[in-house]
Amino acid sequence: MSQAELSREVARRVFASEFNDATYTFKESDDERAPNYALLPTGDRANRVFAVGTLTETEDVGDDSEYWRGRVVDPTGTFFAYAGQYQPEAAAVLREAEAPEYVAVVGKPRTYEPDDGSVTVSLRPESISIVDETTRDRWVVETAERTLDRIEAFQAWEAERDDPEGGSTAPTNEYAQLAREEYDSPVENYRQAVVQALESLDELEATA
Amino acid sequence: MSDVSQHAADIHEQFSDHLDVSVDDVEDRLTTLVDEYKVPIEEARRSVTNHYLEQAGLEREDIASGGSESVELAEIDEPEQWVDVTVKVIELWDPRSDSVAQVGLLGDPSGTIKFTKWAKSELPTLDEGGVYRLENVVTDEYQGRYSVKLNKTTVIEELDDDIEVGTDTSEIEGAMVAMQSGSGLIKRCPEDDCTRVLQNGRCSEHGEVEGEFDLRIKGVVDDGIDAHEVIFDQEATEALTGITLEEAKEMAMDALDTTIVADEIADEIIGTYYRVEGPTFGRYVLADDVTELDEPADPDPLLIRARSM
Repeated sequence: MSQAELSREVARRVFASEFNDATYTFKESDDERAPNYALLPTGDRANRVFAVGTLTETEDVGDDSEYWRGRVVDPTGTFFAYAGQYQPEAAAVLREAEAPEYVAVVGKPRTYEPDDGSVTVSLRPESISIVDETTRDRWVVETAERTLDRIEAFQAWEAERDDPEGGSTAPTNEYAQLAREEYDSPVENYRQAVVQALESLDELEATA
Repeated sequence: MSDVSQHAADIHEQFSDHLDVSVDDVEDRLTTLVDEYKVPIEEARRSVTNHYLEQAGLEREDIASGGSESVELAEIDEPEQWVDVTVKVIELWDPRSDSVAQVGLLGDPSGTIKFTKWAKSELPTLDEGGVYRLENVVTDEYQGRYSVKLNKTTVIEELDDDIEVGTDTSEIEGAMVAMQSGSGLIKRCPEDDCTRVLQNGRCSEHGEVEGEFDLRIKGVVDDGIDAHEVIFDQEATEALTGITLEEAKEMAMDALDTTIVADEIADEIIGTYYRVEGPTFGRYVLADDVTELDEPADPDPLLIRARSM
């Protein structure tokens, strides 16, 4: 029984707008094989992500060998998924997909730093599958809930920290603390994104 | 009696049959570690015990630690305790190493626990479904999960009566995010009471055999908080995928390849939301009841929550 099997990394639920802001990555130990994490701005770590959205475009952006880029759109923004020869199944799905289609992507966050000093976050898929609208809507609701949970934990930590009476009893939320240090955008932005995402479902219902 | 004296007396008791050593001698060693070198008493005890083990040429398993105690499986919450249990063998698994004679799952009315029986202990074989009184087994812990190990001093007594096994059932709602190897159309060893999964046509116990086909899924259902490993047996796999064992065999025959079945299943289930209910066995949940979550999810309660934050 290997250790890796025992501690499979959970697939976080995160909207595209927050995911694309998760530019800070880190490891928990010096071990070469220690997992990489992206720091979510709402205060959690993500080694793996589960995202569902509309695949709107696919393009082979490779030079010598195939390298597929898929744009996966959720109510808040766009995930960029890149699959090449080391992700043959995912690459095959992107090659054969006929956008627009709903897809579910299980993947790892990756960051890329072009020369202009910016940082781009993308998904390296472990799997991409075609799903239906119900699955996509369920994902939006689930992701809204997980995001609100993170925001609540973040705010609880902030409130305790700012409370002069709190002193040393402040709850530890190391990823909220790290997010506060590394990122500028307030968590309020992500609450607004959640509202926007949920409202988009409600509108669909109203027009249906 | 001080802590150190008590531990010294215990250790002395353990070795009194094997070594000519005085309680004072044991206590001196403990005191040196605890007072001079600031070693915690548990660690000191361990170290001193090891010293005497080496001196006597014994293994840790060869000494009893002041008598074992009858416990229920759910009470086990500490490693390195010597206990007696009355259990039913729920499942035997494939040992992954030659040093292990048997490995599997035991159950009693309070719950279940993994067990390991070492080859070098040369104990009688436990049968699946059998009920036993096991005296002198040692508890162990790995990443927060407990197990018991049978050893040379373990006394195995087969009992005639059956016992009810309590299970910890789980209910999980989440997305199927991965399917692990060993899923799809597999072959099992046909030998009596051996259901090991064949690797390249070989059973780890019986060598090359004519395997019997079976259908199963080892999947990961992930709710964004935890990744749960779930096993679907033939029945559950058929219900989940609509592919029967017979159809799976035909697919494999046509393609001259069994992996086509796993590929087909993966296409069908990955990315889909399920509710899974079933007993927990070690790190696995056995899917008894599976529902695809295909009703629309309601955004309104969350919208209210999000707006009020």
